[in-house]
Amino acid sequence: MRRMGFSQAIDDALSQAMETDPTIVVIGEDVHTIRSSLLVRFGKERVRHTPISEAAFVGAGVTAAMAGLRPVVEVMLVDFIGVAMDALLNHASKVETFSGGKWKVPLVVRAACGGGYGDAGQHEQSLWGWLAHIPGLAVVVPSTPADAGGLMLTALQNDGPVVYLEHKLLSKPWLEFMGIGGRNTVKFDVPREGAIVNTPRVWKPLPFGKAVLRREGKDVTLVSVGVGVHRAVEAARILERRKISASVLDLRTVRPLDATFVCEDVARSGRMIVVDEDYEAFGLSGELAAVVLEAGIPFTYTRVCTKTTIPYARHLEDQTIPSTQKIVETVRKLLNK
Amino acid sequence: MQALAQPDVWLLYRLMLRSRLFEEAVAELWRQGKISGEMHLGIGEEAIAAGIVQQLRDGDALALDHRGTPPMVVRGIDLDLLLREFLGRADGLCSGMGGHMHLFSREHLTASSGIVGASAPAAVGFALAAQHLRPRTVAVAFFGEGAMNQGALLESLNLAAAWKLPLLFVCKDSQLAITTDSSSVTGGNIIDRARGFALVAEEIDGRDVVSVWHSAHKALNRARSGMGPSFLLAQCVHPEGHFLDDPLLQFVRRPGRALRQRVPPLVRSAIARGAPSLRARLSSIKAVTDLIAGARKQTFKRDDPVHRTRQELIKEHKLRLQQVEKEEEKKMTEVVRRATVHVS
Repeated sequence: MRRMGFSQAIDDALSQAMETDPTIVVIGEDVHTIRSSLLVRFGKERVRHTPISEAAFVGAGVTAAMAGLRPVVEVMLVDFIGVAMDALLNHASKVETFSGGKWKVPLVVRAACGGGYGDAGQHEQSLWGWLAHIPGLAVVVPSTPADAGGLMLTALQNDGPVVYLEHKLLSKPWLEFMGIGGRNTVKFDVPREGAIVNTPRVWKPLPFGKAVLRREGKDVTLVSVGVGVHRAVEAARILERRKISASVLDLRTVRPLDATFVCEDVARSGRMIVVDEDYEAFGLSGELAAVVLEAGIPFTYTRVCTKTTIPYARHLEDQTIPSTQKIVETVRKLLNK
Repeated sequence: MQALAQPDVWLLYRLMLRSRLFEEAVAELWRQGKISGEMHLGIGEEAIAAGIVQQLRDGDALALDHRGTPPMVVRGIDLDLLLREFLGRADGLCSGMGGHMHLFSREHLTASSGIVGASAPAAVGFALAAQHLRPRTVAVAFFGEGAMNQGALLESLNLAAAWKLPLLFVCKDSQLAITTDSSSVTGGNIIDRARGFALVAEEIDGRDVVSVWHSAHKALNRARSGMGPSFLLAQCVHPEGHFLDDPLLQFVRRPGRALRQRVPPLVRSAIARGAPSLRARLSSIKAVTDLIAGARKQTFKRDDPVHRTRQELIKEHKLRLQQVEKEEEKKMTEVVRRATVHVS
């Protein structure tokens, strides 16, 4: 076992895959800085920095993948994917269907996501629900370094396009880059179990669409991804003191969605609370309610999500993004306890 | 014959100094942790902001990037409102909702964006509205040379030319896009691109406020009289890098910490078993060290636009200069005091 941070685990798994698969190339803005260890290891041809031209280099990633490469295209922050959306919405996600299943797009788009460090709503969005809405895209949102490495390997073996999201609160380099800036005068609520853990010596792929139970409980099922998982686990610990037993389900991939596991656990508890840092309306939280309803399972339901644009001011941001406290309050309200 | 218009250099100096003092105060508050997130300062861009924005009038519009503070200061946005916004206060310019990258002032028709290149289409829209609703007004877009490779920006150059919009595009060229040497990712040259869209384009020294003023004066007059858009390529230096605690400048400013944090993973990668050859890896290491060496160019003294104008004015009237500086420093001290009075 090796102790490793989140981004380090992803890069390590990526490096392991690049050693054996020469078709993997890393393309993106400032990769010579943010992936300098990969650059030194694999050279400038395979770790290629780009201009700030997301529409062009994500679009190029699609056809490079169709023509035999396995590009890992980085767009820095998922917010910037807006500039490149056409490549994902109308191309990467459509080629397999349009070609009658004869041509696939093994593209990985990697981006940092999420808030909690005061950068406001143009740099702190989650957007996994928005991306997962599109048929043909897989969307990965790991919550621990150990999962992050395994899921990156799977992303690199996947035949279709994958959006791989890495939460900035869990990633030391991203948080340093965007929030800390060498200061010891700022503090962030970084969940330790998500930021640095023991990881395997050799990475093995973790399957997509397989949720994992982070905590067992009988009264209520908390479902989440990314940092939300850690907030939910913390809330479950607090709730335990109030004699409420909550299970916490970590979806790990938003699409494919492990509806089976969700339904099983909700059928047992009869209650589901979705904790989602992504936007509330028309997103993952509603989708989860729909799949459980469609399965004919009787349950009560509520959700703790981001409802509005994330404000810049730290105290307002804290009120906007799901917090442990808000989860605790919501569960108690649902249970009348 | 009409006399050639001349800038009021004393006023321009005052505006540049105000912007510099404001941003120095911002940097200090950021270091104290009272301002959150990233901090992109416009230190080094003051001559560009002052030389252009000082000439704007009521009804003119401004589209800004993530480095919008100097144009906001020069435009005359209330400094108390501005600083309170940076501090995330409810009584700030945007009620604490936007922060330094998302500054908006509706009455000044001034909008910002943290998405690279977004200011160009924004200015096209402002200019289109100007053409319909506000005769003889203009729109100005500020962006860095890194934005010159964004499709939407190039599309905007075309729209502005095709519609003959009253617009001035201002490309602030620091030669570094975040940590990327712009020349390594840019085909051809920027001025030729602008001319390729039939824009009147001029390359200027963005550290010389007087020459910026003159070039902008011509371009703005052209726009106001319906002769279409122009493009200024203004060279500048960012002594603070892309943002405060810039990863390249760390090697210059805090080499101990940078070496401790960054070098061990590189060494591990360099000696890892397998392909490619040691020689290929050494060339990759050189690519990284070259970047760091390049970042040193951003540290200025000679290139400081505020200092440069000061050197001119000190010869002209030293006492008056000191008076201006005293006034501006006093004003800024008051702004900071008022903004931080309730912030512990």
